[in-house]
Amino acid sequence: MNAGEVKHPGLNLGSTDTDTHEQAEGDVFGFWVFLMSDAVIFALLFAVYGTMLAATAGGPTPADAYKLGPTFAETLTLLTSSLTFGMASIAVKYEASGSVLFGWLAITLALGLAFLGLELHDFATMIGEGAYPARSGFLSSFFALVPLHGLHVLAGCLWLVVMIVQLSTFGLDARVKINLLRLGLFWHFLDIVWIAIFSIVYLQGLIR
Amino acid sequence: MTGPGREKWNDIRGYLIGYGLALALTAAAFAAVRWPTFGAGATLGLVFGLALVQLTVHFRYFLHISLRRSARDDLLLILFSTLIIVLMVSGTIVIMSDLRGRMM
Amino acid sequence: MMDGIWPAVLGRFTWSALPFVRAWQNPTINEIIGAGAAMMVIVGAASVIALITIKGRWRYLWREWLTSLDHKKIGIMYVVLAFVMLSRALVEAVLMRMQQAAAVNAPGFVEPDHFAQLFSTHGSIMIFFMAMPFLTGIINYVMPLQIGARDVSFPLLNSISLWLTGGAAGLIMVSLVIGRFSTGGWSGYPPYTELAFSPDVGPDYWIWAVTLGSIASTLSGLNFAVTIYKERCPGMTFMRMPLFVWTALCTSILMIFAMPPLTVATALLALDRYVGFHFFTNDLGGNMMNYANLFWLFGHPEVYILILPAFGVYSEVVSTFSSKELYGYTSLVWATMTIAVLSFTVWVHHFFTMGQSANLNAVFGIATMTIGVPTGVKIYDWIWTMFRGEVRFTVPMLYSLAFMMTFVLGGFTGILLAFPPLDYLVHNTLFLIAHFHNMLIPGLLYGMLAATHYWFPKAFGFRLNEKWGRIAFGCWVVGFYLAFMPLYVLGAGGAARRSQAFFEPAFRPWLYVAGVGALILASGLASLFVQLWVSMRDRDANRVFVGDPWDGRGLEWSTSAPPPEYNYANLPVVAGRDPFFDGKRKGDPYGAPEDYHDIDMPRNSMVGPVSGTVGAMLGFGLVWHIWWLSILCLVTLIGTVIARSFVRDVQRVIPAADIARIEQRWHDAIAQARAIPRERETMTVNEGLAEVTV
Repeated sequence: MNAGEVKHPGLNLGSTDTDTHEQAEGDVFGFWVFLMSDAVIFALLFAVYGTMLAATAGGPTPADAYKLGPTFAETLTLLTSSLTFGMASIAVKYEASGSVLFGWLAITLALGLAFLGLELHDFATMIGEGAYPARSGFLSSFFALVPLHGLHVLAGCLWLVVMIVQLSTFGLDARVKINLLRLGLFWHFLDIVWIAIFSIVYLQGLIR
Repeated sequence: MTGPGREKWNDIRGYLIGYGLALALTAAAFAAVRWPTFGAGATLGLVFGLALVQLTVHFRYFLHISLRRSARDDLLLILFSTLIIVLMVSGTIVIMSDLRGRMM
Repeated sequence: MMDGIWPAVLGRFTWSALPFVRAWQNPTINEIIGAGAAMMVIVGAASVIALITIKGRWRYLWREWLTSLDHKKIGIMYVVLAFVMLSRALVEAVLMRMQQAAAVNAPGFVEPDHFAQLFSTHGSIMIFFMAMPFLTGIINYVMPLQIGARDVSFPLLNSISLWLTGGAAGLIMVSLVIGRFSTGGWSGYPPYTELAFSPDVGPDYWIWAVTLGSIASTLSGLNFAVTIYKERCPGMTFMRMPLFVWTALCTSILMIFAMPPLTVATALLALDRYVGFHFFTNDLGGNMMNYANLFWLFGHPEVYILILPAFGVYSEVVSTFSSKELYGYTSLVWATMTIAVLSFTVWVHHFFTMGQSANLNAVFGIATMTIGVPTGVKIYDWIWTMFRGEVRFTVPMLYSLAFMMTFVLGGFTGILLAFPPLDYLVHNTLFLIAHFHNMLIPGLLYGMLAATHYWFPKAFGFRLNEKWGRIAFGCWVVGFYLAFMPLYVLGAGGAARRSQAFFEPAFRPWLYVAGVGALILASGLASLFVQLWVSMRDRDANRVFVGDPWDGRGLEWSTSAPPPEYNYANLPVVAGRDPFFDGKRKGDPYGAPEDYHDIDMPRNSMVGPVSGTVGAMLGFGLVWHIWWLSILCLVTLIGTVIARSFVRDVQRVIPAADIARIEQRWHDAIAQARAIPRERETMTVNEGLAEVTV
């Protein structure tokens, strides 16, 4: 077994912690399989959204309901949180103590919460303007897809909190490391879903 | 720099490159919609094209999926998932739009 | 009752939700049957609880079984669940057959609404809570042994999957006692299952039971796939895996990718029903055809999730009982993978009549027929495996032969149904019912029963009674033909499925025959229980502790029966496709290793039972709109997962000395056992040591 070998998606611990690296192989791969299954759920919601785009039932259309500015802000927040999580992963790999790691995890959490705040504000505005889920098939499909991503981000934030607590309880033991590797996959995966959301939902709806 | 220091810097650089590319691609997509210069169809194609490129950027730089031999399992899994997703999504769109064409 | 605190506490529960109250107020035969069924659930549950309490076995049950993370015990519990649910759903099938036979130009004894509940629960249970647990249980037991692993990759997740499935099955059982079940069939099509047409709790019971079950199956699939990918013993390359492991892998991959569409379909239906979304409603842009599309995106691969493991079982059984290497191993592997991928390309054939264009139907019709090709390859491979082999007609082999003939017949009617114009004629008739029972009874049930017979001695250390096994086999086969062949005739004659009554006197003789068939099928189940009882009574005469009663081929036969909890004292190293069979011919496969090492095994955990129970209660709260209960359960679930992530002491060490003692006992038994030739394998002289002839 070569410690430099790539054993799973995401940042590999490699020679910095060979034991955990070995152990991570199956554990992280399993989580990756779960994410693929989750991706099918999102893909189908996108497909349903596509089939219901025209089902506005006389209510707001995509162009009425969406706004470019806030979407861009949300995108930047989420993208930046991916970079900060990347820095956290590097800290997991190279830091012995975990003090730098704390900082990056906290920043990521803050960005995640900021994203949720922006998104909730966005939804509130939409609902205030009459674009609520029960209004039409189109809005139903929007409110099944985009808030599900938001729920995932919320779950990610909760997970971050748990990991910050575990870090202070156990330090950087093997299970904390592996869980942070998994959380990293989750966080970057949510980014990928968001790319699809801003391209297929928001930008497509706003093209004139 | 040698040894672990170099490896660490390589890892950091990967994330920075990924972030830079992602920012540029996102900005390009939003700009194409904010200041429309082509027709609606062409803009949509451009947005989707940029999204696909950004997808691969994220896979490459954030999720570290590569063509290296030892990472082939993960890549195969992604490709199989993509096949299933393409089958399901394109099938759904084709079937439902066919129905819509005949029913509406 | 209507105002004040009760609605907040009890949601929309009223006394008339209880079938006893309904039967008291309105004592018709129909209501009495409902109350009787509820009574059976209560009496059944109470007597099980009483029996365990009287025998003082709670502690044992909790420690050794309910909280166990051992894949073997979890597998057995899955199979027990499958048999419990099979019993209920088979009784419902018999009731439906009796009703239809009695209701030609007559009312019969079951009212339409009750009849609709019967076919909805029968279908939902047979698919989600009989077939799925059965195959998951068999895979759980056999697969890790076959690949030379200690356990699955995620033992705790395995327990959670089991308990979520059990909780979901419990939810369906509760629907017999409190409230009522859906009348929308096992597929739960909207708009009928929307609030506008089914405002009662029935569809909600269906939604949450199926959702819990499908999440559990997704997690099982993930667990199995990762296990097969990462836990194979040294030397076990992909092309050396037993064929059952291949089918388990393909089934797991199908579970990972095909259960999500079902989760999406049920979740969107729930959004419609609970918060007024418009996915499948008739108004405001809803489109119920989206549901058909989503449901069958799951539904078709599901058919192969059910059938592939049985294909694997037949491959093992036919090869073992013909004393021959499996013919065309590579082609069987490719056929399995082809079927798995093709199964994602044919879902439209479940709704040819939905209204899409003829060209689209033609594409999917042709794709459907294509699946016949790899399936045909498999049938030929099994036939060639038997050719010139020393075929022994034991019970598993009999099931395999019955499967081959019956399944081909079902395949033919499948090809007929794959023609869209022909499908238009028999769509929604009993012809379709006959067809899919013709696929699933041989393609799933016979396979799982064959697996139970084949691996039972491995799991429990004694063989099942052969005579009662043959009687049960006879009932399952004769009963099947009598019960379902008439349905082809009836369906072709225009008898609609799900009918509570008929008005065509010419149907009567066929319905009588089908009714007799259903009774024989029920006798088949009864014979299985008799067989179990007889076998347990005579267990001491039929022990096969050495572990190899059938001159087996794969690694699973190279351990004692039952295997120790750690499976293998030292992980095996394999060099071929039939490692144990070849090992017996080349030398001594039982040779003791030079020394033993400590083995880490996962500690028991109550996370599984807690999450299953709380999950079912969450579903119950949602069904009855008891919001405080739902919120409490959701918080408990999340809290359990978080709390578990803080537990660090999750491993238990089995000291090398204990292992040496356990292994020594087994090696002594091997030394004392008498090797027997194949013609005496069903007799009491079989101690599980095979006489080796080269």
